[in-house]
Amino acid sequence: MTKPEGMLTWKDLNIGSIVAEPGNASQYQTGDWRSQRPIFDSRKCIKCGICYIFCPEGCIEQNAEGYFEANLFYCKGCGICARECWAKAITIVPEEE
Amino acid sequence: MAKGVGIEVSLAVAEAAKLANVDAVAAYPITPQTHIVEHLAELVANGELDAAYIPVESEHSAMSACLGASAVGARTFTATAGQGLELMHEVLYVASSMRLPVVMAVANRALSAPLSVWGDHSDVMAVRDTGWIQIFVENGQEAVDNVLCAFRIGEDPRVLLPVMIHLDGFHLSHMIEPIVFPEQSEVDKFIPPFQHPLPLHPDRPVTMGAFAPPIIYSEAKKAQEVNLEASRGIILQCWDEFGKTFKRYYSPVECYHSDDAKVLLLTLGSFSETAMTAIDKMRGEGKSVGVIRLRLWRPFPFAEIRQAVRNTEVLIVLDRAISFGGPGGPVCSEVRSALYGEDKKPKVIGFVGGLGGRDVTPAGFEEIINKGIEISKRGSDREFEIFGVRE
Repeated sequence: MTKPEGMLTWKDLNIGSIVAEPGNASQYQTGDWRSQRPIFDSRKCIKCGICYIFCPEGCIEQNAEGYFEANLFYCKGCGICARECWAKAITIVPEEE
Repeated sequence: MAKGVGIEVSLAVAEAAKLANVDAVAAYPITPQTHIVEHLAELVANGELDAAYIPVESEHSAMSACLGASAVGARTFTATAGQGLELMHEVLYVASSMRLPVVMAVANRALSAPLSVWGDHSDVMAVRDTGWIQIFVENGQEAVDNVLCAFRIGEDPRVLLPVMIHLDGFHLSHMIEPIVFPEQSEVDKFIPPFQHPLPLHPDRPVTMGAFAPPIIYSEAKKAQEVNLEASRGIILQCWDEFGKTFKRYYSPVECYHSDDAKVLLLTLGSFSETAMTAIDKMRGEGKSVGVIRLRLWRPFPFAEIRQAVRNTEVLIVLDRAISFGGPGGPVCSEVRSALYGEDKKPKVIGFVGGLGGRDVTPAGFEEIINKGIEISKRGSDREFEIFGVRE
């Protein structure tokens, strides 16, 4: 997309609103749906990667030290990672206003 | 030289799709449309038409398969009627919104319940707002001609919209009429090859029908509306070009003795021919009556309607569908709306008739006109009347 979605006029759209740029869904900030967020505690994390496997959004990545954390641009705050974590290293906290 | 042959109109519609050299047909049989797709299946099976014929388990699937075919750039045709059209309903919006120029013949049929396989316009009116170009035809020749025009209009790169050709179930679909089929070479020249600008193709991946959040949906709908509006000019150009090539002329509103008529009847579809017979008789008796026939239903021909009724005092509209609990027939309601802002406008009197295959004879049309004149004089406490109903 040449412009962000909020800047596009009806004249900017391809015919039939066809998306001709493969993979541009990565520009969509699903993180703004979130009402709660995961907090990762690296002291408890055993780097097993179960959160990474279960995350339905595919937004959990390993950082430079090998600990897992969510990319909040995409994380919808569903809480599945916290539920699945063996080591109880993830807590879900409400988003502040 | 093109020659006339006697043929059932349904089969003639299938022959027109063959002349247009369709690439793909996905269809499900339903009365009174069955003969159209049955004949196309024969043409494909016999090797007379080189097309993919996709048998499906429902009309919902038929239209969905048509979308897929059209999306890769195939010239695509289907046909349906009544309940079948309603089962397609949600997919019809997708065809127009994704700008896929599927051409569909609809053998107009009443909707259940009670079950009726016979003709009226309940099915059409329920899909009024689906964003398709919609054209009514009155006889077999018009059906053939407009199926050909539908491909040229819909596939025009400035249009890229699906087109419905409405022909009355049984009253027209099952008639045997003399039809002049244009020569293949002339049709090939008239309908250029279809080239979708952004087709589905593995070399250049695209997403059709993607998800649109509130921030972009309004823009998508505005673009669609502007596009359907802009198709008017191209429809007129196509009919003009068709006339020059094949010497048969079409316009959005067809007028018959309407210029000087104080009373005008507005009809659509095959009933218009019967109405003209009634007008001939009444004209012979010195009555100032005429008929206007709505050919182009979407986009609605506002300017042409206003022009056609500018000198008339009473406009009687015959709908073949009811908008239950609403302002009467859908056509009458739209005509009233189109004239509301005019300084000089006729009184608009609404009738609903010809439901579920009920005939309206020339004598019936005479009665509708006389009754309409009477109502226009005394006023009416109802929005519309159902003609011919036994009280």
